[in-house]
Amino acid sequence: MSDELNGRDDDDSAYDETREDAPRRKLSLALIAAVLLVLSGFAYLMYGGIADNLVWNMTPKQLLAKGTNAYGHAVRLGGQVAPGSVQWDEGKLGVRFRIRDEDGTEIHVQSKAIPTAMFREGIGVVVEGKLVKNDGAAQFHATNLMVKHSNEYKPPAAGHPASPEAMNRTLITN
Amino acid sequence: MKELYPAAGAPMRPRWLTRFGLFTLVYFAGAQTVALMNSPADSAMGDLQKIMYVHVPAAWTAFLAYFVVFVMSIAYLAKRNERYDLVAAAAAEVGVVFTGLALATGSIWGRPTWGIWWTWDPRLTATAVMFLMYIGYQALRGFTDDDDRRATWSAAVGILAFLNVPIVWFSVQWWSGLHQVQSTRDSMSAVYWNWLWLNAVAFLLLFVFFVASRYHVAVLERAVERRVEDAAMRAADTRRVAGESMSNVH
Repeated sequence: MSDELNGRDDDDSAYDETREDAPRRKLSLALIAAVLLVLSGFAYLMYGGIADNLVWNMTPKQLLAKGTNAYGHAVRLGGQVAPGSVQWDEGKLGVRFRIRDEDGTEIHVQSKAIPTAMFREGIGVVVEGKLVKNDGAAQFHATNLMVKHSNEYKPPAAGHPASPEAMNRTLITN
Repeated sequence: MKELYPAAGAPMRPRWLTRFGLFTLVYFAGAQTVALMNSPADSAMGDLQKIMYVHVPAAWTAFLAYFVVFVMSIAYLAKRNERYDLVAAAAAEVGVVFTGLALATGSIWGRPTWGIWWTWDPRLTATAVMFLMYIGYQALRGFTDDDDRRATWSAAVGILAFLNVPIVWFSVQWWSGLHQVQSTRDSMSAVYWNWLWLNAVAFLLLFVFFVASRYHVAVLERAVERRVEDAAMRAADTRRVAGESMSNVH
């Protein structure tokens, strides 16, 4: 009764005595099962082909391969800025360029969004928007323009200092 | 646990830990300063490259922390030694902090480079999931009252949640996304590579210091709990004995 007065409802001392015994073998099995679960989950992800089903962005080739289905849907398109294709809309906010796949497939992009200072010819980009038919030609209207960085980190070549002035330079070249 | 309770007048933190902490602080400050002052601006992103000296080591250290949680969780289930549970909990806390730091610095870097604060890119998503799972681990510990049950359930979660780490690591290789693949020695100039590793060591030292400090606090908390429980039980016993002797008198 004094235990209840002190707020101890359950008899912990008995629990302490028996905890060493029975659960031990069950939990070793549980431990092995858990580790196996982790390993098999990892194996499934590596070899189970999930990579094909989770897509964050498509390439130009993949988008065009959809045929008529390519048009009108909001998609994310990833590729490279084709060298020599960048054109800034004079007096308006916008940039036009061609996005290029690894194998050379290109799509014209008209972007309302302004890219960051990292944007330049040859760099990776990901555009979000829709593919539309403009006078029979496919054009991608981008609402969002993201510049993708490779895993390369190199100081600029001699004669091309990445000074604050260089970084804040105007991107408009035409 | 009783033997770890400090005697009266002993410092609250073991002396070696204080010294290690001071060394870590000096090394960290030095490594960051040296890296920030000596890194040339990158040709693509300019001075934004310098965030790498916090973002990348934080992520690496978080992976290490979660690996420690994984190993200690297995060790606890195998040996039932509560110290393993306390180390796992300490490592999970530190891992969550470093993961949050990696996410925050990544977002800050991403806005002026990629153009966005966030996107559901595979690596970013996987990292966010990992972050939330280990926060869940903390929540689980907070809501479980019984020490043994808390330790057992946390150990199970600590083992399963570790599956996140290889997912986050390989996400950039398995799926196409915005976050770039891992840099190699060849893809980076030596100057960036060297300073990165210098700071990785700094973060490793920080990790050890944080986990050791947090573990020490946990041990003290546990020792105090045991002392209080023992005192309460002895008081209850005294009252019961007194009650019985009183009834004997009557």
